[in-house]
Amino acid sequence: MSTTTLTHDDAHHHETPTGWRRWLYSTNHKDIGTLYLLFALTMLFLGGASAMVIRAELFMPGIQLVDPDLYNNLVTNHALIMIFGAVMPAAAGLANWMIPMMIGAPDMALPRMNNLSFWILPAAATMLILSFVVPFFPGGGTQINTGWTLYPPLSIQVGMSMDFLIFAIHLLGASSILASINIIVTLLNMRAPGMKLMQMPMFCWTWLVTAFLLILVVPVLAGGVTMLLFDRHFGTSFFDAAGGGDPVLFQHLFWFFGHPEVYILLLPSIGVLSHVIPTFSRKPLFGYNSMVGAMLAVATIGMVVWAHHQYTVGMSLGAVTYFMIGTIIISIPVGLMIFNFIATMWRGAMTFETPMLFAIAIILMFTFGGLSGVMLAVVPADMQYHDSMFVVAHFHYVLMPGAVFGLFAGVFYWLPKWTGHMYDERLGKIFFWTNIVGFNITFFPQHFLGLAGMPRRIIDYNVMFTEFNVLSSFGAMIFGFSHLLLLYIVISTIRGGQKAKARAWEGADGLEWELDSPPTFHTWEVAPTIK
Amino acid sequence: MHDPKLATGTRNRRTAVVLSLVVVGMFGFGFAMVPLYDLICKVTGVQSVALRTGGERSEAVPMVAPDPNRWVTIKFDTTVAPSLPWEFEAGIHRVEVVPGEINEVVFLARNRSNSQVTGQAIPSVVPWQATPFFSKLECFCFNKQTLVGGERVEMPLRFMVSPDLPKGIESLTLSYNFMKLKPSQGGVAEPKVTANDQG
Ligand code: HEM
Ligand SMILES: [Cu+2]
Repeated sequence: MSTTTLTHDDAHHHETPTGWRRWLYSTNHKDIGTLYLLFALTMLFLGGASAMVIRAELFMPGIQLVDPDLYNNLVTNHALIMIFGAVMPAAAGLANWMIPMMIGAPDMALPRMNNLSFWILPAAATMLILSFVVPFFPGGGTQINTGWTLYPPLSIQVGMSMDFLIFAIHLLGASSILASINIIVTLLNMRAPGMKLMQMPMFCWTWLVTAFLLILVVPVLAGGVTMLLFDRHFGTSFFDAAGGGDPVLFQHLFWFFGHPEVYILLLPSIGVLSHVIPTFSRKPLFGYNSMVGAMLAVATIGMVVWAHHQYTVGMSLGAVTYFMIGTIIISIPVGLMIFNFIATMWRGAMTFETPMLFAIAIILMFTFGGLSGVMLAVVPADMQYHDSMFVVAHFHYVLMPGAVFGLFAGVFYWLPKWTGHMYDERLGKIFFWTNIVGFNITFFPQHFLGLAGMPRRIIDYNVMFTEFNVLSSFGAMIFGFSHLLLLYIVISTIRGGQKAKARAWEGADGLEWELDSPPTFHTWEVAPTIK
Repeated sequence: MHDPKLATGTRNRRTAVVLSLVVVGMFGFGFAMVPLYDLICKVTGVQSVALRTGGERSEAVPMVAPDPNRWVTIKFDTTVAPSLPWEFEAGIHRVEVVPGEINEVVFLARNRSNSQVTGQAIPSVVPWQATPFFSKLECFCFNKQTLVGGERVEMPLRFMVSPDLPKGIESLTLSYNFMKLKPSQGGVAEPKVTANDQG
């Protein structure tokens, strides 16, 4: 304990700081984890609100509520808020709370940097929201009508709100890079003596891989949007064909980030499932080593298949064939993970608490999304499906279960640990069912819409698509409002409830369950011994 | 990274520095892609804009006998960059041609502004595999075009599709994207209309 950061902590060891100072100056991984999670929950509701407007507009053909530019601005903002504001910070919140407790470390390795990586986020979110609202003010320029992919030349022509967005992306990127460095350093250096890498809890493994992916690809996105900024203001022509640049280059830079990003969103939730499923099946995780191997394979191959998002830009036959085969190959290790989960449940003494219900639903629905992914990976088929609602259905079927529901499962699973209270299981189940049913009613019909030819990111549609859109919007109302119940459950569990035992779930295994529920402000100041 | 003799703080700092170097390296990698991109495209045959010639060959076309039994549909597509205040359209949108015969079509351009503007048309052919078989004998895209305010011109294109065009291709699209040239690129200075003002 000879480090400066730790001595600093030693000074006010046993009293918990209070008031706003506790949060603003916090270097405590649990408090920072809480901040991340609350931030993510706020963003979930903001992003959800924009999605509800989108679905309300699409309820009927024609243009009713918003104008086309605002519609596309909403689509852009919805995606960016959900990805960068809700899912990534929520996953980082789980990492902050759980990783030190799981590996027997007193805190994250770099506690002050941890503080910084969280507190960049509110600033970034402000920029992101400004990029949405600035066009409503006089002289604010045009709306961001590009979608979250920000393709030039359109993104070069958008007004100054794009500059706010570029700045927001820089900040969000900086935040997740700092958090990732911290997580990697913690996992490599701070494990309890005797815990080897191949003994780490699976959640830690998934985050180790996620963090490496983040530091490899986020800087490339940052570079890409920086070039965009230069093209907009400093007369360069990285992407401007009139000046000898190439707009497709931006697409490559974007998807070099964008495809690994989907695994960044997915893997932490896979980590959560690797704890939830064994707990409620009362069996250890099946195939730990193969799970780690599959994850490394997904991450490595996932770095080199990005152009399956760009089949239609006119690549050579050799190039599209390569990207097609690479993409399809990824479904093998992904399938292996699913197989391991099923094998873990096989002949287990299963019970169906809310986290487990989510886990099972995830396996079913995520696999379905993976299947539509394989359809999209096939070049000639994708020429038809590209930029249609089918793609929207695909990525919501992988991202909602694969990322968001996994995070919900984690929250229900660890809420008793964090708060010391059990949540109301009956309410949890009601939330699960309304959420899952709402989700499927919303997104299942979109497969048919896409196959029948309805394009994505367009405000209006042919009347022949009306019925399925009505259905989808109806489901979206159920789905959207179900989250109010989540909010209620979280608040009421924080405020009280049945006392949780240290090992809140009797099948749970791991160091975190040896700590009290809720854990004391500082934990594992003396590292545990690993048998 | 894993020297147990070192204090945790020192090890942490070391690991963090190594990781930061990775971050800086990847940021640089993004920029390195700019020159590498054309290189990769050339090697792998992906068509970047810089490599796209749209069959801009001025050398004489090998005289192959026309193949009167084969017809190929040529579609014309035009785009005008938002910064260029012009109208630009093909006089005819599709023609059927016999490979090996020389054809002529006319494109119409009008300068909507009241000042002189210079532009350059950039051609491309879809499917790109047809590119080397589409020869332009005379094209307004070979040179930059300057129109005074309000001027209207007819611009001819003389082209030939080679009889060597792969058999599977029955239809191809020639697309022109008209770009504005900045004074630095040989364009004529005039009141600034940038993409941002328009946007
Ligand atoms: C078996 C695995 C998968 C395959 C083969 C696959 C394939 C594809 C393909 C080919 C596309 C491009 C479709 C198009 O634009 O025409 C696509 C889009 C997308 N995929 Fe997947 N995918 C898989 C898994 C996932 C996972 C696990 C996630 C996230 C957790 C994901 C998220 C997305 C997203 C967000 C998009 C749309 C991006 C956009 O255009 O805005 N996919 N997928
Ligand atoms: Cu992808």
